[in-house]
Amino acid sequence: MKRIGVFVCHCGVNIKETVDVEKVTVELKKHPDITHIENYMFMCSDPGQNLLKNAIKEKKLDGVVVAACSPTLHESTFRNAVEEAGLNQYQCEIANIREQCSWVHKEMKDATHKAKVIIQTAVAKLKLNESLSAISAPVTRRALVVGGGIAGIQAAIDIADAGYEVVMVEKKPSLGGHMIQLSETFPTLDCSQCILTPKMVQVSKDENVKLHVNSEVEAVEGYIGNFKVKIKQKAQLVNPDLCNLCDDCSDICPVLVPDEHEEGLAWRKSIFIPFPQAIPATFTIDEDSCLGLDPIACGKCKDVCEAEAINYDAKTQIIEEEVGAIIIATGYDLYPEENLAEYGYGKYPDVITSLQFERILSATGPTNGEVRRPSDGKVPKEVAFIHCCGSRDPDRHLSYCSKICCMYSSKHAKLYKHKVPDGQPYNFYIDIRSGGKQYDEFVQQAMEEEELLMIRGKVARIYKENDKMIIHGVDTLSGKGVQLEADMVVLAMGIIPSAGTDEFAQKLKLNTGEDGFMVEAHPKLRPVESIQAGYFLAGTAQGPKDIPETVSQASGAASKALALLSSDEIFHSPIIATVDTDLCSGCGICVATCPYDARELNEAEGVVEVNDILCEGCGACISACPSNACQQKNFTNRQLSEMIKIVAAN
Amino acid sequence: MAKPKVGFYWCASCGGCEEAIVDLHEDLLVVAEKIDIVFWPCAMDFKYQDVRDMSENEIDITFINGAIRTEEQEEMANLLREKSKILISFGACSQIGGIPGLANFHDRDSIFQSSYGSTCPSVDNPDFIVPQTKTDVPEGELTLPAFHNTVKSTDQVVEVDYYLPGCSPAPYLTLNAINTLLAGKRPEKGTVLAPVKALCDTCDRKDSKPDKIMLKDIKRVSEVELDPEECLLAQGIICMGPITRSGCTQGGEGRCIKANMPCRGCYGPIPEVQDVGASMISAIASIIGIEGEENMSDEHVEKIMDTVVDPAGTFYRFSLATSYLRRKLNDYAKDNN
Ligand SMILES: Cc1cc2nc3c(=O)[nH]c(=O)nc-3n(C[C@H](O)[C@H](O)[C@H](O)COP(=O)(O)OP(=O)(O)OC[C@H]3O[C@@H](n4cnc5c(N)ncnc54)[C@H](O)[C@@H]3O)c2cc1C
Ligand code: SF4
Ligand code: SF4
Repeated sequence: MKRIGVFVCHCGVNIKETVDVEKVTVELKKHPDITHIENYMFMCSDPGQNLLKNAIKEKKLDGVVVAACSPTLHESTFRNAVEEAGLNQYQCEIANIREQCSWVHKEMKDATHKAKVIIQTAVAKLKLNESLSAISAPVTRRALVVGGGIAGIQAAIDIADAGYEVVMVEKKPSLGGHMIQLSETFPTLDCSQCILTPKMVQVSKDENVKLHVNSEVEAVEGYIGNFKVKIKQKAQLVNPDLCNLCDDCSDICPVLVPDEHEEGLAWRKSIFIPFPQAIPATFTIDEDSCLGLDPIACGKCKDVCEAEAINYDAKTQIIEEEVGAIIIATGYDLYPEENLAEYGYGKYPDVITSLQFERILSATGPTNGEVRRPSDGKVPKEVAFIHCCGSRDPDRHLSYCSKICCMYSSKHAKLYKHKVPDGQPYNFYIDIRSGGKQYDEFVQQAMEEEELLMIRGKVARIYKENDKMIIHGVDTLSGKGVQLEADMVVLAMGIIPSAGTDEFAQKLKLNTGEDGFMVEAHPKLRPVESIQAGYFLAGTAQGPKDIPETVSQASGAASKALALLSSDEIFHSPIIATVDTDLCSGCGICVATCPYDARELNEAEGVVEVNDILCEGCGACISACPSNACQQKNFTNRQLSEMIKIVAAN
Repeated sequence: MAKPKVGFYWCASCGGCEEAIVDLHEDLLVVAEKIDIVFWPCAMDFKYQDVRDMSENEIDITFINGAIRTEEQEEMANLLREKSKILISFGACSQIGGIPGLANFHDRDSIFQSSYGSTCPSVDNPDFIVPQTKTDVPEGELTLPAFHNTVKSTDQVVEVDYYLPGCSPAPYLTLNAINTLLAGKRPEKGTVLAPVKALCDTCDRKDSKPDKIMLKDIKRVSEVELDPEECLLAQGIICMGPITRSGCTQGGEGRCIKANMPCRGCYGPIPEVQDVGASMISAIASIIGIEGEENMSDEHVEKIMDTVVDPAGTFYRFSLATSYLRRKLNDYAKDNN
């Protein structure tokens, strides 16, 4: 039989005011299962803990109940104290007589009675507690980074700098993400490429980074610290090691397709390099449009390639990698312009998206940085920038604020003025959201010094009349309708999770929110971790954000991943599910109920097995098992029914 | 040496358990050679007085089948307990209340009402005369055993040594039990003399189970053409196999399952299960509508639940009397009879 000690805390007056701790002590002294009981003002204080430790030694206790506040607060305090006194920490139970008793009752008599019942249930549970130790598993000390935008790049650099290997998977032919498309970046207006390309080069040169472009994650198996990843890489029709960037091939290629990097404002060939500083630096064949896969139809580039880098027979590859941590940095896309038919995108070439305007502003863009409109190449003298296209419109479009559009639209107006000094920018906004270091100053300066005209209101419709785009809206400050003419309109499209995020998340069993972005484990306290152990979130994959925030989050995710990778072993709470193989019939009912895929039917043995590391101890399987074969350690059905019996009897 | 004395008695049962003894076929003759049947009112001419005249523990093994519904059955259970060294609770009704136990969803009054009252179409009883324990007739007083309010399992009335589960117990289990006991072996008191694991363990269809069993809704056997090889549960049929002791056929594939019918649970719970119905409801609830449950509307959930027709009769078919529910609450709730 266990020798159990009970320590009743006054919590100053928090408990003592409503629970007669003296009475509880005296009355429970007679309890047959309690060897020792005392009360003290603050059990969590050092003297309080010493009281407990001394009693364990002097009274030879082998189990302890601390009747105090919620276990979420001091369970670990007392469990550590118990360990220090030489007991297993799982021989310490907390009876919550504060949140669940003194704080919710007024009558001392009733509260005192209830406190006694709560303590007795804890004693009943403790009587059947097993001594447990943390479960450990080895850690594969490498990381996978999915997504090669600035978020993925930063995370990879941080992890590689710390000396760990990184496997990087990017679905496009080059690193860079959206940032490589941007012209100059708020609030400092530094050139996006100038600050990004050094980081891309760093990644490509780092021996710790293994980069797979044109690749996607096909499957992930395993668990925190021990993931097995299958990566599917598109056929490498151009061997990157042989390609010497001579560009003979694209000259001869007969196929023209819209250039993604230029957001469709220019054309590229079927064999192409996405942009001059692409990493890896190689031409790529776009399988979808290339004719050469059918040698009768084409094959011109192969003929001209002196380096013999082209091989039309190359096949899709499956690459297998083992990693311990996974960083998700799959980024964003723009809300589809087609959803805003009333703005005429697609119908009028001079209604463009914000990313297209970034390309127009960019020195390496389709107009070499001169602001010219797509329809006729004229320099637009009046440009309307429409904020919140799709954002903050819960009834029809996105319910959330895309956070960066006010800033980049102000930036656009400003850069436009720099390039077309006699031009007039109009910004239609709902309200300006410019929280951030130097952000409001940036917007104010644009308004004051660049003569930009801010119109508070929503645009209802855009159409073309003669050579002009007519913008219909309401000025919500004056309450009057506005009608404006402009030569070009830039739509600040909302930010949504990158295409394919849904399927990707399902494949990896990651949670996405209502808005489709990856969900963090805790919105305040664990913002860079996924609820799924071993996965970390970086950048716009988790929600709209600008570059500084993306980079900080990426570094945050990297440091969380590093914390995991920095030890040989990971430890896991031993309060998990078990299967009594003498009782399990292999009915399989429990398997589907496990949200962590921790259970599997061992067909040979005809029983279900639990993967200790994957099991989070949620208990879903336990209530499902009709055989009672499935039990949670230290929360067995027997323990629970003993506890219920006490409550029912009192 | 005198042959061991053996008795058989039936309480509230259909007679199938008696049949199950006869089903021992030639083996019965072999067994009968080795034992001395001292009481078996169903098959041979014995009087209660014969038992009353016996001394304490005179019978070596008594098999009682059927639930306890009447005063007479309770009295006989007590009497046989007193006269027997080993008392075996035989069959589902005796072990867990069985089908008669379902009457606990009603009470004496409502049962009399439906059996003798105007709602019973085949009874012409305008004065609503119901069975009385005592009736005076010119010849004297007539007595009838009282009809209890609650159906009980044998062990809710007397101490039981062993159980043979099933509706009815498979002959091979009965034979095993008799041979074991005749050989002088004594399993731990309270043992159920059948395999420990649930039916799924030995079910022929086990390998057809999908990796994850996820049900969209529940179907009744009359609504679908059942695949004769696939796990019935995976086909959306409530099969009590996962919670029911195996052993209904030697080798174990399941008596009903073999006939392409789901297990109804007559072999009772596997050890450790406290309440068959509650556990099975919990199991089914865990896997039904599990796909996309995050986004499921309350109406949808309601709709799925409506596909479980007669949940009480399905999940508690044999075990109501010994479940946590035990019976429907009524004015007699405290009247333990
Ligand atoms: C018009 C516009 C102007 C902007 N201007 C500024 C500015 O001036 N200043 C500023 O701070 N911010 C600006 N931003 C915001 C900035 O673009 C983002 O903060 C930043 O690019 C986010 O980086 P990311 O790595 O999270 O996402 P992304 O840049 O989207 O990168 C994600 C990467 O992951 C890849 N990927 C996606 N899915 C998969 C998959 N399943 N497998 C493998 N790879 C995948 C993509 O191909 C992409 O390369 C602007 C945004 C827009 C739209
Ligand atoms: S306790 Fe939860 S996590 Fe663990 S095996 Fe059961 S269902 Fe899975
Ligand atoms: S539910 Fe229970 S009996 Fe069925 S497979 Fe799972 S652990 Fe085994």
